Amino acid sequence: MIETNGLTKQFDDLLAVDSVTLQVEPGEVLALLGPNGAGKTTTVRMLTSILKPTAGSASVAGYDVVKHAQQVRAHVGILTEAHGLYLRQAGREYLDFYGALYGIEAGQRARRAERLTERFGLLEALDRRIGEYSKGMRQKLALVRALLHDPPVLLLDEPTSAMDPHSARQVRDAIKDLRGDGRCIILTTHNLNEAEELADRIAIIRKGTIVARGTPLELKARLLGPPLLEVRFGGEVNGLVENMADLVEIDSHGHNWVRYRTPEPSRTNPILIKQLAAEGVDVVTLSEVSQSLEEVYLRVVNEN
Amino acid sequence: MQTMLTPTSIEETRSPFVRWLLLTRWNLARALIITRREVTDMLRDWRILAPIFILTVVFPFIANWGAGRIVNYVEQFEAAIIGERLIPFLLLVVGFFPISFSLIIALESFAGEKERRSLEPLLDTPLTDLQLYIGKILASVVPPLAASALGITVYLVGVFISVDYRPPLILLVQVFSLTAMQAILMVAGAVVVSSQATSVRAANLLASFIIIPVAFLIQLEAFIMFLAAYSVLWWVLLGIVVITVVLLRMGVRSFNREELLGRDIDELDLYKGMRRLGAMIVAKRDDPAQRRSPWAWYRDEVLAQVPRLWMPALLTLVSMGISLVVGIQYAEQFPIPEEMVAVEDWEEQFPTLLGEAGLTGVGGVVRVVFQNARAILIGGGLGMFTLGIGMVLVAMLPFGIIGFVFAQVSTLGIDPSLLYAALIPHSIIEIPAILLASAAFIRLGASVIAPPPDKTIGQGWMVALADTIRLSVGLVLPLFIIAAVIEVFITPQIVLSQAAGL
Repeated sequence: MIETNGLTKQFDDLLAVDSVTLQVEPGEVLALLGPNGAGKTTTVRMLTSILKPTAGSASVAGYDVVKHAQQVRAHVGILTEAHGLYLRQAGREYLDFYGALYGIEAGQRARRAERLTERFGLLEALDRRIGEYSKGMRQKLALVRALLHDPPVLLLDEPTSAMDPHSARQVRDAIKDLRGDGRCIILTTHNLNEAEELADRIAIIRKGTIVARGTPLELKARLLGPPLLEVRFGGEVNGLVENMADLVEIDSHGHNWVRYRTPEPSRTNPILIKQLAAEGVDVVTLSEVSQSLEEVYLRVVNEN
Repeated sequence: MQTMLTPTSIEETRSPFVRWLLLTRWNLARALIITRREVTDMLRDWRILAPIFILTVVFPFIANWGAGRIVNYVEQFEAAIIGERLIPFLLLVVGFFPISFSLIIALESFAGEKERRSLEPLLDTPLTDLQLYIGKILASVVPPLAASALGITVYLVGVFISVDYRPPLILLVQVFSLTAMQAILMVAGAVVVSSQATSVRAANLLASFIIIPVAFLIQLEAFIMFLAAYSVLWWVLLGIVVITVVLLRMGVRSFNREELLGRDIDELDLYKGMRRLGAMIVAKRDDPAQRRSPWAWYRDEVLAQVPRLWMPALLTLVSMGISLVVGIQYAEQFPIPEEMVAVEDWEEQFPTLLGEAGLTGVGGVVRVVFQNARAILIGGGLGMFTLGIGMVLVAMLPFGIIGFVFAQVSTLGIDPSLLYAALIPHSIIEIPAILLASAAFIRLGASVIAPPPDKTIGQGWMVALADTIRLSVGLVLPLFIIAAVIEVFITPQIVLSQAAGL
């Protein structure tokens, strides 16, 4: 659905995007992460045929971004960092204007606008001037604009950045539904929890180059090592750590707990529990210690 | 899923003309979506509405009142002609004032949208660049033009009631045409200016390049109208149409998504710019396998330009020819009285005259080269800001003088072979050099109209500038030096030997 091959963009002396190769399938969310100025916006602008690649190729919804720019734009819904709203217009007028630009018939665009604004809790405000909207409402309206023509591909830049927790949850649920509908979504965000929640795969871009990619779990395993597990005991245990070290890699321990790493928890953990039981140790809990995507991101960005 | 592509019915139409018509209608319909939104938005902004209302209704009323008073006043002194000329002139002014707003609206519409960052979502839609451009041009032109028509109507009704003035139909057509074309001219210029700026402030500063020429144009029209030379207004109109077409062409070229969003900040880095220009002039190839010998470089980067310049060179040559003919005609109209031309003993005076003019020795060569280079640089400088027209005019000027002098000399009965001897030896080198330099500077001036497809206006201009510098230094300057050596050391000898043989 989205495929880039060696996509490159050079602005005079600045190599903004360098040989980016990506593939995003229908029903998949790819989070494109990276520091400011990393090349995310330039990549997205090439995918919407606004900027022409200096080298490489890209196709969106089956259309080449250079040869079929108009078709590409007709099949993409984009939420840009700047929402581009006309503050003197009412929400309904604004959506009607964009609906007309996408060639949606008048009755249909009114119905779609109402349906989508209702979903995001904006219906009541539809006849109010956009200038009177809060930041979050404006962002929702921009998102509705991106969805108005029912595009199979969505490029969303910070979709929940200005929203309160309730609205952000609404939008995240909507993104999950859109993925469920088989849409192909690229999400650029600095909210790493959101990326982890929504993205099937993550690509980290730095200085125009993709420096890491994979599912959140793959990235964590690759960059932070095997999963970190914690076992807690019913009482104080002495000399147990040395015995466990034969089976797993000990990370840290206290008087009644041990943290360890193992590349194959499904194989190792049952053996470990059996061994502990045989030694008469009461195991209270065994759980995975959560390792955040933020650690992965910082490690990748700093290492590069 | 909606697709916003050209409707299949249009693509399947067999007749190219019908297809073109349908496509135009479709493009216009798409453009009008933009226009409607912008006009509606404009009508909600009192900062735009209030001045337009004042200029549309209040000013024509004042103009009408003033015209009535002046007509009555000058009639006391039997100077009715002043009143007769004033009323049509005020008609032009009343029509122009509201359209002056088209420039502001256009700058706001283009640069304003960029500044507010509302342009990008618009660029993400399937509208073509052309549809977007037409939509915005119409939005900037239509409301001020409507206001202008209303202002003219208010004014005409007023002068009809007060002094029973009825304008000739042809004058009305001229005023409406001039007003409309001036509005489009300013908006077309504003688009070009806005595409080079990222803020309204920067665009307003650059708008001086539009305001100043238009102010001169209005003064010229006022002068023509006071002379009642109304037929000349058609030529003015033609000139405006030509410039407008050029600016629209530039606008269509510069109004593309890459150019509009590729530029994020108005950054002026002279050092970086000069370094880039230097690299372009040197045209060094980074790949060692593609490195060239100095001769290959000269052949590829300097000599190869010559055949590519045939069109501007031909334009210069034709212009020079026209100028020569005009000079000859002027000599026939304004002959110099014979007694004013001292031709006795000129052979004796000739070396002294050359010495007094500083045209002897190496100093003379330097002086001639400097003079030629200065003329080309002045023409080139003017050409840069006038789409190359300034360069053509500067190249024409000496040929007008030559034609004038040749014709005068013939009239006075002096053997023209002396003049041929004084001009031809060095001109064989000098004229081709002037042609080449002029052609290069015309190309430079005109490069902004249609830069290469893969380059922005700025990049296209830089490439043309690098080419011009390379050609000027690599070929034109050596030719000028050779021509100057001939002019200083050989031409005078030929003239004297020719004179001795007579």
